[in-house]
Amino acid sequence: MGLAMRMQRWRIRVTGVVQGVGYRPFVWRLAHSSRLSGWVRNDSMGVLIEAQGSRTELAEFCGRLRSEAPSLSLVRDILHETIDSVPKEHAFRINTGQKEADPHAFVSPDVSICSDCLAEINDPADRRYQYPFTNCTACGPRYTIITKLPYDRASTTMSDFEMCTSCRREYDNPADRRFHAQPNACPECGPSTWFIKSGENQEIRGRDAMQAVKESVARGGIVAIKGVGGFHLACDARNSEAVAKLRERKHRFEKPLAVMVADIATCESIAVLSDADRVLLESRQRPIVVLHRQEGAESLCELVAPGSDFVGVVLAYSPLHSLLLRPGDVWVMTSGNLSDEPIAYDNDDAIERLRKIADAFLLHDRRIETVCDDSVLRVLDGEVLPIRRSRGYAPLPIKLPTDGPPVLAVGGEIKATACVTKGHHCFLSQHIGDMGNQETLSAMENAVDHLLRLYNIKPDSVVADQHPNYLSSAWAEQFSRKHAVPMLRVQHHHAHVASLLAEHSIVPEEKIIGVCFDGTGFGTDEAIWGGEWLIANASDFERYAHLAYLPLPGGDACIRHPSRSALAALYQAGIEWSDSLASVFVTAAKERTVLDQQLQRNFRCVPSSSMGRLFDAVASLCGVRHVVSYEGQAAMECEAIAARKLDESQFKPYDITVIDGDIQQIDTTHLIHQIVSELLRKRSAADILVRFHLTVAEMIARISLNARAKHRIDRVGLTGGVFQNVLLTRLARQRLMHEGFEVLTHTIVPPNDGGLALGQAWIAQRRTVL
Amino acid sequence: LAHGGGGKLSAELIEHVFAPAFANEHVTLLGDSTTLSLPGQRIAVSTDSFVVQPLFFPGGSIGHLAVNGTVNDLAMSGSKPLYLTAGFIIEEGLPVEKLIRIANDMGAAAKQVGVSIIAGDTKVVERECGDGCYINTSGIGVLPTNLHIASNQAKPGDVVIISGTVGDHGVAIMSVREGLSFESQIESDCASLAGLVQVMIDTSPNIHVLRDPTRGGVAMSLNEIAADSGCGIELDDASIPIKEAVRSACEFLGLDPLLVANEGKLIAIVSAVDADRLLETMKLHPLGQDAAIIGRVVEDAHHLVVARTAVGTKRIVSIPIGEQLPRIC
Ligand SMILES: [Fe+3]
Ligand SMILES: [Mg+2]
Ligand SMILES: [Zn+2]
Ligand SMILES: [Zn+2]
Repeated sequence: MGLAMRMQRWRIRVTGVVQGVGYRPFVWRLAHSSRLSGWVRNDSMGVLIEAQGSRTELAEFCGRLRSEAPSLSLVRDILHETIDSVPKEHAFRINTGQKEADPHAFVSPDVSICSDCLAEINDPADRRYQYPFTNCTACGPRYTIITKLPYDRASTTMSDFEMCTSCRREYDNPADRRFHAQPNACPECGPSTWFIKSGENQEIRGRDAMQAVKESVARGGIVAIKGVGGFHLACDARNSEAVAKLRERKHRFEKPLAVMVADIATCESIAVLSDADRVLLESRQRPIVVLHRQEGAESLCELVAPGSDFVGVVLAYSPLHSLLLRPGDVWVMTSGNLSDEPIAYDNDDAIERLRKIADAFLLHDRRIETVCDDSVLRVLDGEVLPIRRSRGYAPLPIKLPTDGPPVLAVGGEIKATACVTKGHHCFLSQHIGDMGNQETLSAMENAVDHLLRLYNIKPDSVVADQHPNYLSSAWAEQFSRKHAVPMLRVQHHHAHVASLLAEHSIVPEEKIIGVCFDGTGFGTDEAIWGGEWLIANASDFERYAHLAYLPLPGGDACIRHPSRSALAALYQAGIEWSDSLASVFVTAAKERTVLDQQLQRNFRCVPSSSMGRLFDAVASLCGVRHVVSYEGQAAMECEAIAARKLDESQFKPYDITVIDGDIQQIDTTHLIHQIVSELLRKRSAADILVRFHLTVAEMIARISLNARAKHRIDRVGLTGGVFQNVLLTRLARQRLMHEGFEVLTHTIVPPNDGGLALGQAWIAQRRTVL
Repeated sequence: LAHGGGGKLSAELIEHVFAPAFANEHVTLLGDSTTLSLPGQRIAVSTDSFVVQPLFFPGGSIGHLAVNGTVNDLAMSGSKPLYLTAGFIIEEGLPVEKLIRIANDMGAAAKQVGVSIIAGDTKVVERECGDGCYINTSGIGVLPTNLHIASNQAKPGDVVIISGTVGDHGVAIMSVREGLSFESQIESDCASLAGLVQVMIDTSPNIHVLRDPTRGGVAMSLNEIAADSGCGIELDDASIPIKEAVRSACEFLGLDPLLVANEGKLIAIVSAVDADRLLETMKLHPLGQDAAIIGRVVEDAHHLVVARTAVGTKRIVSIPIGEQLPRIC
């Protein structure tokens, strides 16, 4: 008998997302088909297997553990060692019930309904016909219901429900699709729904509840619907009265509302889809995808996304949503919150907070442990561009190129996320919201608490932004005092660049040219930065170039009124405030007087190199927008107008003046002069905006070329909220690639402040190591 | 005014400028110190220095501020202010007429509130070494024995009252100093609150905290109270009285009116049972006509001050370190 045929026993360790994704039954089936004996179980590190057979069989088995792994799993490492074989072992078993502390296993994100489960809820003969909490090992809630690790039913909010005998049989049978599907449930034993009208007590339960929601929406009502990660506010997207009512009650007057549809066909009736859009929409994460609107789509009233060329669409992703929406239905599905607060996810809290907005509620009794908004993505040249990373993606770790001590990062002020590291894994929280209100602050606290508990992490340090007045930084300071750990501060734009370095696994010493364009961030010279070229690696940065400073009279007042940025830009360029310019025309004489005095005296004029404000100024000069009601509005509108018009060959960028010095500066007054003279010659706003986009792309290339000549760096990273602009990102990338640069853009975390915590965490890790 | 005149100049200033302005039974003696007899057992003492540009502004002058500031600090303990001392640091070259105006303003303010300025000092410093005139005042007041008004006395359930519109003083000063022409002239609210406090104390024995929200504004005072008392404070944005001109000026300047200084307003934190009665009393007083209930004290482990916005969210009212800088990225 050859060596290869002799009986061996291997202990095999599998790490990664391997719990709660049907991995053990997969191992069981594989072992059976390979006629191996032994056992498999979950433990704190992931999955542990002992298998016995010939060496070739075992080697083949290990190969298939990765190559044929279930679709929801994410296998990181498979390691094995040979141990003593066990005599007279014939069967392969699944061991359940082991529980250990210190979990290294990853928590799976929530997964949208699979086709098998979808078929069941639509089959009148199935015992789960029309049951809104149907799931299996291939689908269902995970992160939102998990209270602790290791992942089993008792560690989820499903511990509230005792399985019936039928469900239990499925759960215990390794050959069943529901073997150890922790949220397994049926109408007999699982959670149920009920419908109430606001201010009334009478409950309509079960299928009638679902029917009541449909009727209410059809009649123009607004229904608060409890879903997977929290509440939505739903209404019929074709009913402009209903949408107007929702906007009025939610005090959300212009910001586009996302819509939900049942299928791709309905989606195509309201939006233009690329293949990549379709793949993303149907992916198991089922994010909201920002799509180009189909012109004249009847099932989408103008108020859903007023004045916007885009619409955010999500496919029904849970059985509950699949049962509510029929093909052809288009429902507004906006987060169930007040303004910038986090979404409501607890029944009582939702009734309290949303009762003035919703006419009725669809509630259920599966508790949500962790609130999780829908994720939002765009597609850029066939690749994904995250705008908000949340449900379906959080809390999957981002792998850092190196190991490091545990740190906690608290992100920025808006679009806050928190991040904790363990070894070389970075766990970025779901989207939390805009800090500055009490609800978000406590949501931040809960998210941090949950991540630290889940992964049993005790941070060595806490890291925050350098801005003196961010509430997240104040919170970090408290954390640092309470837990007696040092606090680090990281420059805003360095953190943006580091987030890009982290998601691309760039080794820590490696420097890139980080082009970071955003709204505002606190600079090391105490000015407000936001149009930056940094030569940066994970631990350090040097400011290579920036937009010349523009005074922002009134700080936040400027951010709300792009016209003020425009007037400041005109002032700085020495251009008279003439009524023939839209920005001047819309500004009342009294405001002009005070603005002029402020600028002359340089009183409360914050110097800023922000690209976001330059976009604002140009938007206002072109008459596109003078007052914004949500962040980034003016820039988004500029992008849409330019994208509609763009035929690159027809247009040229404006001349760019670079002011030389220790740190190079782009002279924006020269640009303003050119734009104003075009405006005075009655050139259309669309033409000017196309040229403006081309100019910004050209600036990026020009300065990057200078930086390459000096620093011999071939890699450029594009980061910061401005790069949510797909048109600009595409133009910049083309120009840079034409010059032979390698270009990094975001595909895992958002370029906006939602990705900041990742960058902070990595910088902190590197600094603590050094 | 010339520097270096020594004792003679000082004596002349006292004789010709201050004595007539502050005239009272004690100050005519012109001695190195003054002796007083005080009624009651508990005494309140306070000192404060006043630096303001410009020295004269719509609604008042540094003279008014110097008296009212210290009087108000005394009044916030619930005491009745009786005596003040005044120290002047005067920049060489300050026209005597200005000093006379300042002294007269101080005298008038003192008379109005019934306190006597009983001791003083002047120093003249070189040109460029001062902004015309700095004043320090110290004051003494007497306190009824049954009162325990202090910033650590706020209790969950208590009601927060403001005596009038917020932000007037800070915006008035800014507009003259920076030459900003707002729609209408905004006047400082500079006033002595001692009289108002007296009627309030007479109305309610359950006033827990009194505070004049000067520098750092209402936000600063409330954050300090929340921290000292170990509680949270919830305001209702819509109920906070703000003059329209102040509101729009703040909007232009990107300022939160809650962070702007006041010089004639007080915050009272009082048991809920007494709130309505106290509010009515305050409204009858000339300095309390616009008084309003603006919030309540709540339990909160973080000791946050929050304001319920028009939208219904709870905005955190925090204290910026340094200038208010934009935070929206
Ligand atoms: Fe940013
Ligand atoms: Mg004082
Ligand atoms: Zn399924
Ligand atoms: Zn069941």
